[in-house]
Amino acid sequence: MKASDTATASLDARAVREQFPIFRAERAKPLRYLDSAATSQKPDAVIEAMDRYYGTINANIHRGIYRIAEEATAAYEDARRRLADFIGARSPRELIFTSNSTAAINLVAYAWGRSQLEAGDAIVLTVMEHHANLVPWQILAAERDVELRFIPITGSGELDLAALPTLLADGRVKLVGAVHISNVLGTVNPIAEIARQAHAAGARMLVDASQSVPHCPVDVQALGCDFFAFTGHKMLGPTGIGGLWARRELLEAMPPFMGGGEMIREVKLTGSKWNELPWKFEAGTMPIAEAIGLGAAVDYLRSLGMERVFAHDRELVAYAMERLREVPGLTLLGPSEDKRGGVIAFTLDGIHPHDVATVLDDDGVAVRAGHHCAMPLHEALGVPASARASFHCYSLPEEVDALVAGLHRARKVFAR
Amino acid sequence: MSGASGGGMDDLYREHILDHYQHPRNRGTLERPYITYEDTNPLCGDRIRMDLNVRDGKIDAVRFSGTGCSISQAAASMLCEAIEGKTLDEAKKISRDDMLELLGIELGPVRLKCGLLALKTLKAGAYGMTQWPGEDEDA
Ligand SMILES: Cc1ncc(COP(=O)(O)O)c(C=O)c1O
Repeated sequence: MKASDTATASLDARAVREQFPIFRAERAKPLRYLDSAATSQKPDAVIEAMDRYYGTINANIHRGIYRIAEEATAAYEDARRRLADFIGARSPRELIFTSNSTAAINLVAYAWGRSQLEAGDAIVLTVMEHHANLVPWQILAAERDVELRFIPITGSGELDLAALPTLLADGRVKLVGAVHISNVLGTVNPIAEIARQAHAAGARMLVDASQSVPHCPVDVQALGCDFFAFTGHKMLGPTGIGGLWARRELLEAMPPFMGGGEMIREVKLTGSKWNELPWKFEAGTMPIAEAIGLGAAVDYLRSLGMERVFAHDRELVAYAMERLREVPGLTLLGPSEDKRGGVIAFTLDGIHPHDVATVLDDDGVAVRAGHHCAMPLHEALGVPASARASFHCYSLPEEVDALVAGLHRARKVFAR
Repeated sequence: MSGASGGGMDDLYREHILDHYQHPRNRGTLERPYITYEDTNPLCGDRIRMDLNVRDGKIDAVRFSGTGCSISQAAASMLCEAIEGKTLDEAKKISRDDMLELLGIELGPVRLKCGLLALKTLKAGAYGMTQWPGEDEDA
């Protein structure tokens, strides 16, 4: 199936899989994990890096003047440097640790949004946003009397960019926000083009990169965006850590989001001076072990090569689409294989996605069923819910085969 | 053992569940219902609406509509069958355990919400439109 001994060899997913303890664990039925879009599994390297921190240098950062505190601080800041470099940031100062994408987007909505937007302004989002890049703006919109506008999708599940010039035409739009890779449709959106149009209209561009940073090479400079949010647990890292990248001048101009320890330079009883970037936005004790674990995840992903990770995802999704088309009554959601990442959502006639997932679970196949935190998208697609399979570097074609076999079984159970 | 249900797939998709799912009793809506209420299960997107006509304290017609998984829809169908002809007070007394007994299957924590949605909808409707909250708290 693959030529594994050339320089550009495809990923050896079987060897990769061995490095993930969850797949080595003894269990009655083999785990066929097809829900990496919800959260990825974690390699030994990540778990060990966190263990090493707790076992050898556990101390609070930026405070102690003793050795392990210095080592912990260095490990934390080193993780930031690696992450910044991974996404193409000019400086680690532009990378703020947050607890996840949701927190990163809320940080923008509160610190930037509330200092920049006023009544009559508008925000453009897309119909395919995850609730994380929708609800924070709804809250802001209601509070500030800001209008929300939406880029629609085409019948094939791509953004209808023909609508964008009109949405931007009146010059009231201050922000355009879009998901880089849809967590339901798998669609890879043309962010650079959207950013170009947003900037030409005087708006800032925010990218929800929750599904792209974990799966493909990303470069914030090439994308031309201003804000870029991602989450560690989908990129082989731990939960509780993620990041916001933003252009330095924007971060400098933004007021802090949360007040407390670490984010200040000088505190008097009646007022304070803010710390410099990035710490201005990192109030309180941060998830230190998680940041270090995320740094290890970046190293691990880099050792695999993001081009190869993405190629592996796409190879699997192409195979899955081919196999799923064999299942009678199955409808695939989203665009053709050449336009998507490693996510495939579908519906099966007469069987609710929940029931599909339950039958599959009986075979050890883990898929997601529901609206995947994208209710407006499902409404636009005209389905109340869908089932979704998604891949990462450890996913195997036989897991797709198990999925397809399970779907045939579900049809049998419900055939009456 | 399956994670999604208490006892595995074959226990979950028993004959009577599939029968009610695929041949629901009392599916539809009523023209001018005495009681109507709709509720959703936000986690799964299950949606159930219950319409009731009550005459002399007796439920003389009941219909359900909505979308959702086999468990939520079968539960609604079974519940309709169980309460038609009963008095509203009797319907209000149906407990969570009664509903689970009707279903006759073991449900894990996630699917429990599906199995109980119809009952929740019925109760909200029954109490919401005929009585002030707190009037009959223990039912
Ligand atoms: C596209 C997208 N945006 C945002 C999120 C939210 O991520 P988190 O829950 O880690 O903040 C997710 C993951 O569920 C996602 O897929």
